Amino acid sequence: MNVHDYVENVKSGNIDVVEYIENVLEEAERINSAYNYYTTICSDLAIGLAKMVKNNPKGKLAGVPVSVKDCICVKGVETTSSSDILKGYKPVFHATVVQKLINEGAIIIGKTVQDEFGFGSFSVNVGKSFKVPLNPVDPLRSCGGSSGGAAGVAAKSNLVHLSLAESTGGSIACPSSFCGVNGFTPTYGNVSRYGLIDYGSSLDKIGVIGKDLNGVELMFDVIKGHDANDSTSIEHINEKKEITKVAVIKSAFDVDDKVKSIVEKKLSDIEYDEIELPLTKKYSLSSYSIIAMAEASTNLAKFCGMRYGAQPDITMPYNEQFTKVRSNNLGKETKRRIIIGTFARMSGYRDAYYIKALKVRQAIINEYKKTFKTYDALISPTMPILPPLLKNIENLNPLDIYKMDQLTVGVNLAGLPHLSSNAGYFEGLPVGMMVVGNHFNDNAIFDYVRKTW
Amino acid sequence: MKIDKNVMQKIAKNARLELTEEEVNEFLPQLNDVLEYFSILNEFKEDIEPAFHPISIKNVYRGDIVEPSLSPSEALSNAKNKKDNYFKGPKVLK
Repeated sequence: MNVHDYVENVKSGNIDVVEYIENVLEEAERINSAYNYYTTICSDLAIGLAKMVKNNPKGKLAGVPVSVKDCICVKGVETTSSSDILKGYKPVFHATVVQKLINEGAIIIGKTVQDEFGFGSFSVNVGKSFKVPLNPVDPLRSCGGSSGGAAGVAAKSNLVHLSLAESTGGSIACPSSFCGVNGFTPTYGNVSRYGLIDYGSSLDKIGVIGKDLNGVELMFDVIKGHDANDSTSIEHINEKKEITKVAVIKSAFDVDDKVKSIVEKKLSDIEYDEIELPLTKKYSLSSYSIIAMAEASTNLAKFCGMRYGAQPDITMPYNEQFTKVRSNNLGKETKRRIIIGTFARMSGYRDAYYIKALKVRQAIINEYKKTFKTYDALISPTMPILPPLLKNIENLNPLDIYKMDQLTVGVNLAGLPHLSSNAGYFEGLPVGMMVVGNHFNDNAIFDYVRKTW
Repeated sequence: MKIDKNVMQKIAKNARLELTEEEVNEFLPQLNDVLEYFSILNEFKEDIEPAFHPISIKNVYRGDIVEPSLSPSEALSNAKNKKDNYFKGPKVLK
């Protein structure tokens, strides 16, 4: 059943929402025991919300089961960004997006696992006490990351499900591609970040993953809009400009032949021009990595074992105490990124790395904006490879892994809205294709994909 | 620019991280690989304004008006170390 039909059935009383949610929770437990998608399943909250909707079946998402990526705060439910340093943290407020979902009748089922703080492309960088989520199509392979749990559960649930996810450099598009579902990343500032545990504040965007494209758009429409609690939230009327003229980024096809063959087949029915984005191609990965890691190293400075999360007894002076908590509870990739990010901001290196990366970012934004004067949307494969075997990821070094994001970091740097949808399967493995739109033309992307795919 | 062990330890200290000998030996070549890759940015010569955000952001102000906020017990609800409605932290002065 699709999301719209389900909501109608809940409103008309044809579906008993409490019974349905009980089945959803049972399914969630069953899937989770085999695939590790959830960090927490919040049955009490879910049943409580379902009872409220049953008594008063209203709202655009009346009764719709929703999972929330672990970096987004849900009041009273453990929220950790899948990091040991936040173990036990139960927010005392809902993130704005979660509150908006509940106001429209959505049912929060649980928190989904991710790379620690979003640091990864394969969801293998979970904190020490978390389990790596497995690909819904082939459990020996990766779900993608960092919203791996979100995409996995969206793909594997037979009952209605939408996932709230988050992207900094591709963390919605990548797992959506690897799990064969739709993943939408909105224009930066279109959706409030209040209550999101930051990774890179100038890059983070909350978005939606789901099997049902219309459902994904419906949930995006619910969560978008200005929020006074987020200073980077934009007061902007989204004007829809129909997508008619599209371009394909030529160099983005320099990928695994298996991916290329599926995407080219999909494109054979579509009319397009071919273009190049030379600055984006050359610089986006370096610019993105420096900015993301620099921002992450400052955002993570607050995690020191006081006030919430991991809190050992106080036995040392503050520097030693904080250093010990951080060293014991942060994962390897997190430490690596903090080191690189701190270095890029240190006096003597700041201009050469951090400021330089920001200047290059402006040039990349200008390159995209110029392209959008001629075209309404850009198309490329989402990921350069098929979902990799987990055992093969162990052999990759950090730089190889960062390069996996080569097709998604540019649009994330520029804060452009993009939708990754399934283009087909290569020997059973899903391949994603990405449509990128101009700033604030978010909804037109859905119209375009509905019309052409 | 190459990072050596001393620079790495200095960065770690700034970031309040204590790296084991094993971590230093593992990270050092990895980080130098990454920095070498980043050096491609040196080829970009244009001097333009840095983009701190992807879209233009205006400063937001609000009136200095007291609004409902968290109670002390809510604010302290996640804290293990606390005393008399305050967070308790490690000593700052010896």
